[in-house]
Amino acid sequence: MEWFQLLQRFFGDFMQGAGVTLELTAVGLLIGFVLGLALALAKTFGAPGVSKFATGYIELFRGTPLLVQLFLIYYGLPSLGLTLSQTLSAYLALGLNSAAYQAEYLRGAIQAIGDAQMMAGRSIGLSRWQTIRLVILPQALRLALPAWSNEPISLLKTTAVVFLIAVQDLMAKAKRAATTTYNPIGSYIAVAVIYLVMVFILDALLKWLERKTKIPGLETDTNPA
Amino acid sequence: MIKPILTVKNLTKRYGEHTVFENINLTVNEGDTIVIIGPSGTGKSTFLRCLNLLTKPNGGQIWLDDQEITAKDVDEDQVRQHIGMVFQNFLLFNHLTALENVKLGLIHVKHMSKEAAEAKAREELARVGLAEQADHYPGQLSGGQQQRVGIARALAMDPRIMLFDEPTSALDPELIGEVLEVMRKLSFEGMTMIVVTHEMGFAREVADRIVFMEKGQIVEEGTPDQLFYHPQHERTREFLWKITELYGKKEKEA
Repeated sequence: MEWFQLLQRFFGDFMQGAGVTLELTAVGLLIGFVLGLALALAKTFGAPGVSKFATGYIELFRGTPLLVQLFLIYYGLPSLGLTLSQTLSAYLALGLNSAAYQAEYLRGAIQAIGDAQMMAGRSIGLSRWQTIRLVILPQALRLALPAWSNEPISLLKTTAVVFLIAVQDLMAKAKRAATTTYNPIGSYIAVAVIYLVMVFILDALLKWLERKTKIPGLETDTNPA
Repeated sequence: MIKPILTVKNLTKRYGEHTVFENINLTVNEGDTIVIIGPSGTGKSTFLRCLNLLTKPNGGQIWLDDQEITAKDVDEDQVRQHIGMVFQNFLLFNHLTALENVKLGLIHVKHMSKEAAEAKAREELARVGLAEQADHYPGQLSGGQQQRVGIARALAMDPRIMLFDEPTSALDPELIGEVLEVMRKLSFEGMTMIVVTHEMGFAREVADRIVFMEKGQIVEEGTPDQLFYHPQHERTREFLWKITELYGKKEKEA
């Protein structure tokens, strides 16, 4: 039972790493959501210049590897006089990157709800911003939820790259276990299982959220009434 | 004394080279029910949307009572709450119950208290015969019920005038009656309304004036009797003949 002993020996370490991984996921997701929502709104409702900027941002961050973005932030920014800690760099890179993906999920839904509901809201005297806030977003967020649910799960797994700037996440702990025990298979299988369990739990949470926010007749298809 | 509520002068709308309508003039007096008829694609819907500034006209003026709403410094949101609009596809807020649909504007535009808004919204739903359905979401209502919620939502703002953009065109034939009934009642209660519709029975019975629009022009306007029995233009006669035949057929089927 070599594998079991390994797990026993490193269990605390792995749990600590898993905690860091969850933190990275949560912070990245939150930054990504706030920024992604702003980008999606800018792209849909912004003035031409603002909308172009949002498009450019999304294409830039979706079109380049996260690792390059992470290294630019961690190793590149200091030469511009801005030195961020490993953790902060990781938060920032994950957040900025996730924003681009979340913006696309949200934009699709906002556009599907878009013009018609905007017209309805404006017709009773709501302002543009009121209509976005009270009418369009509550529907668009629900509409986007099933597809958007890919993002937290994808992000959770993507966070693994941050061990390359020595953030002590689950992946970093796995590497340490592998090198100290000369048992890479055992170590990486152990953390793979831990990642898998986290994904299952996250998936269940997202499904619950979907059920919880469901409104009768407001379906996920984009057919207007 | 007859008092105009809405006055339209030389209203023009173009999209690039394409002229949707040009130099439309129309006066709507208090309590009038104006029915606009005409072939599809002649700019009737765009005209209605220009009246509450959902679409910007390229030229001409609109007055609501004594205020020129096409003037530059006008607060559009302020204007729109006084002009109710009912859409062909209902356009209810699908994440809100019938009651919340009606309440939304009362709270966020009229800044009424929650209690007052609730009471007023229930009253408006009762007025369109949907008191029982207050807690239903749009997805749980029939098309006819949805459209009546749409009417209640607009009425709740106490508009000076109501615009109806083909309010029954998206409805199954057996649901048209309940919507027309509500509109008929409104008209008899003295609401000022402009209705774009193909329902000739409604037009004949309820309209004070019928406006026949084609290719971006008002071809002819007059009382139902004038238009149906003594049309001045050949086109008016042709159109009414065709659509009455269609309408008659629909009645037979139903």
